[in-house]
Amino acid sequence: MSDYAPSANVPSRFTWWGGSEPLKASYGKLMMWFFLLSDTFTFSALLVTYGMIRFSQPAFPGAHDDFYFATTHWPIPDKVFEAVPFLHGVSLPLVFVGIMTFILIFSSVTMVLAVEAGHRKDKAAVEKWMLWTILGGFTFLGSQAWEWTHFIHGPELSVAAKDLITGLPIEGANLVRNPYGPPAFADLFFFITGFHGTHVFSGVILNVLIFFNASMGVYQRRGHYEMVEKVGLYWHFVDLVWVFVFTFFYMV
Amino acid sequence: MSHSHSSNHETVEGVIAPPQTKVIWRTFIILLIATCVEFAIAFGLPPEMKYTRISIFVVLTIFKAFYIVGEFMHLKHEVKSLIWMIIVPTGFIVWLLIALVYEGGHHPREIF
Repeated sequence: MSDYAPSANVPSRFTWWGGSEPLKASYGKLMMWFFLLSDTFTFSALLVTYGMIRFSQPAFPGAHDDFYFATTHWPIPDKVFEAVPFLHGVSLPLVFVGIMTFILIFSSVTMVLAVEAGHRKDKAAVEKWMLWTILGGFTFLGSQAWEWTHFIHGPELSVAAKDLITGLPIEGANLVRNPYGPPAFADLFFFITGFHGTHVFSGVILNVLIFFNASMGVYQRRGHYEMVEKVGLYWHFVDLVWVFVFTFFYMV
Repeated sequence: MSHSHSSNHETVEGVIAPPQTKVIWRTFIILLIATCVEFAIAFGLPPEMKYTRISIFVVLTIFKAFYIVGEFMHLKHEVKSLIWMIIVPTGFIVWLLIALVYEGGHHPREIF
């Protein structure tokens, strides 16, 4: 049985049971990659659902400028998402979503800087960049909360889609009906951005844990900052998913 | 316990290497420019050129994904077999995505 024990001259911490390191990656990093791959399946399923439902619904037949909200055709995203906090009544299509994208990409950069600082065992720099990453994550979540509130609140009643039966404008969005378009539009908005937002939230919690451990000197004592790297992989994945959501939900 | 304490001391007293962040910032600039180009196209191109616009978006998104996964997630610098283990299943998912969205677009309307 001693064949299965790691050989003495290989540092056991980075070695899988058996004495070698498959794919020259640690167990934790490899498993994080596989988890992210499985998460890709989940998000792809949502994306397929979006594509399928969207193409099964009629598009707006007229010109882009003549667009109006109605439950009988799919809304044009930049007519729905055109508000920015503190600028009430100003039409700035997709600007706020652009800012949110920028925030998330930037927090990915600070995460990578934390990982880089971890390689150099620079405890102070890891703490600094982890804090920036956490701040970016919370800013994104706050922006999304605002976006959801605005979406649920709905547009001015004069431009809202009308109920097919009563003929009255629909006030506010929920899972059953919404003032922008077919019910599936709001359902998909809530599901896709909500599922992604839950991922961001989990990521922020993980980042807080890593920041706490780093400042307590846990990784300094352990001799390596690999945990920063593993959580970093997750955080970049969340950023990556948003890049896709941004393109396929908001832009196309 | 005492052993780990002394090794801790060594790293604290040892010189910390200067940061190597040039590649990180370069990647950030590239991602930023790609997002700005997407914005410019979303509002620059006339709405009639719908399919040109969508194709440019898809290409730019894959371009951005390449930089995020390759540089930020460090996949570019891993072992070849690990790279393929990630890329091949992803390729199959993309195939499935295209197939299902295509089928979805040709679905009889009456079902919904």
